[in-house]
Amino acid sequence: MLIKHAKLIHFFCVANEVTGRKKLQKMIYILQKADCPFEEKYQFHFYGPYSEELTLRVEELCNLGFLTETKEDKANYFQYCYHVTPEGENFLKQFTLDMPDMMEKVDLLKSKSSRFLELVSTILYFEDLPQLEQVEKLHQVKPKQNFSDEEIKEAYKFITQIREL
Amino acid sequence: MAYKDDQLSEEKVFKDPVHRYVHVRDRVIWDLIATPEFQRLRRIKQLGTTHLTFHGAEHSRFNHSLGVYEIVRRILNNFKDREHWNNEERLLCLCAALLHDLGHGPFSHSFEKVFKLDHEYFTQAIIVGDTKVNEILEKVSPGFARKVADVIGKTYEDKLVVSLISSQIDADRMDYLQRDAYFTGVSYGHFDMERILRVMRPIEDQVVIKSTGMHAVEDYIMSRYQMYWQVYFHPVTRSAEVILSKILHRAKHLYQDVGYTFKLEPIHFISFFEEDVSLEDYLKLDESVVQYYFQLWQEEEDEILSDLCERFMNRRLFKYVEFNPNLQINDLLELTQLFMKAGIEPEYYLVVDSSSDLPYDFYRPGEEEERLPIHLQMPNGSLKELSRHSDIVESISGKKRTDHKLYFPLDKLKALTDNGLKRQIMDILYGQGESRKNVN
Repeated sequence: MLIKHAKLIHFFCVANEVTGRKKLQKMIYILQKADCPFEEKYQFHFYGPYSEELTLRVEELCNLGFLTETKEDKANYFQYCYHVTPEGENFLKQFTLDMPDMMEKVDLLKSKSSRFLELVSTILYFEDLPQLEQVEKLHQVKPKQNFSDEEIKEAYKFITQIREL
Repeated sequence: MAYKDDQLSEEKVFKDPVHRYVHVRDRVIWDLIATPEFQRLRRIKQLGTTHLTFHGAEHSRFNHSLGVYEIVRRILNNFKDREHWNNEERLLCLCAALLHDLGHGPFSHSFEKVFKLDHEYFTQAIIVGDTKVNEILEKVSPGFARKVADVIGKTYEDKLVVSLISSQIDADRMDYLQRDAYFTGVSYGHFDMERILRVMRPIEDQVVIKSTGMHAVEDYIMSRYQMYWQVYFHPVTRSAEVILSKILHRAKHLYQDVGYTFKLEPIHFISFFEEDVSLEDYLKLDESVVQYYFQLWQEEEDEILSDLCERFMNRRLFKYVEFNPNLQINDLLELTQLFMKAGIEPEYYLVVDSSSDLPYDFYRPGEEEERLPIHLQMPNGSLKELSRHSDIVESISGKKRTDHKLYFPLDKLKALTDNGLKRQIMDILYGQGESRKNVN
């Protein structure tokens, strides 16, 4: 009962603060792929794996007063920042969640840019393909991003690293 | 003549209540419709349990798939000689439109949640797997099936092609809104599709709307908004969905955790219970098979399973009250205890259900670049995001609405013989005073 909501609040508690909606989307996706049992369904959207369910659930948590969303005015765009409220913490106390320790994974994800997480999540989306085809597909679906060979190499290293944590 | 260009000697038409006629001339499309995988869609209802609320809503995914194909066919007729449109992609678009829902299973929503399935995965698996559909697509050209799967999965390189099938104003939505309105009999959900089709313009990587067609698009967005709250999230339909999910949970639990012996071995469900579903198993299970088991399970010795199935088959649904998880979480915990005391298993009989919708979202530079917005093409050729030009759309843009309800079997509560316990439960559910009306 509202377990999926509770799992997300747990994530926000671990992260303390998450900056950027896109980054949030990619973090949850990568955590799912690293065996953290989040259940939001992802589809490939124009710019990578995206979960409408996650967007809606986060909004629900904000409406319920369990999360705050603050809008930061950057030079050319707005950025959204999320924190858990005391009500959210109280809500979470009602649940006994069977979640693995995510602290190190979340810290690692937070330290990366949303562009890098977009690259990682896109590679993971195509991980059933042979590696050469994964890279080919990546360039096909994201021609404007111009990901360099160096970035791609770094992304594969990152995937191994986060799965080992 | 190459199979991809092969035309039927005369055009075939399907009579359709929404589009009047669905026209087929391509041999490939005709052959795809005849495959067992596509015919299976006749046995999957488009709206799952909605027919228990709106009795007309018995239409199938077969109807809808033909409808989406027809809309794309009409769009492409308009695009034929326009700049940016490559007519070589025509057959690919038509196939993707026709097959976009091929992987839907019975009562998709509940099945996917309980058995951790994904209809999009199965759509792709049917298209690229060992199926009749795949055989036909590969006859077009080697690798063509993969291309169709990529368009549906939104990973095809030509974004213009993808946006015809999946975007905020696509053929899928235009068909289901009108079709669901028609079959449910509601008066909302209608908009001037002919007008929208006439003002759609292909550009490099998306379909845009000529600015003079803005009002028709406003009508479409509002239709969508109304349909979600009046039809798709109807609380009675959600009650049926809650019961359906609980039946599946119970059957899975009995099979997996209890070693329960069913009167008839549920062979069609076993791979679902074990969460190891092959494509072959998946294709065998349709709604007629599921309802056959529900009919049988009404006679099972397990009281919870038989009761839930009896409720579903005879539309004896759960009642509901509004629920605010922020203010009422303690009420919920107390109710859970009281239900246990009353011998009513809360895991199956006390359920919070949440529904949310986002009617239209717009692009926020640097942030929300996941959902391509609807763009208007202005007379000078520039593009303007819809909500910046339309006050009506602006008023609902980016606004999500959530509705939480608490479902429970009122008849079971009324039948409690311990009046004190009954009163305690009713007071929490309905508030003191109000509860008296429901107790009697």
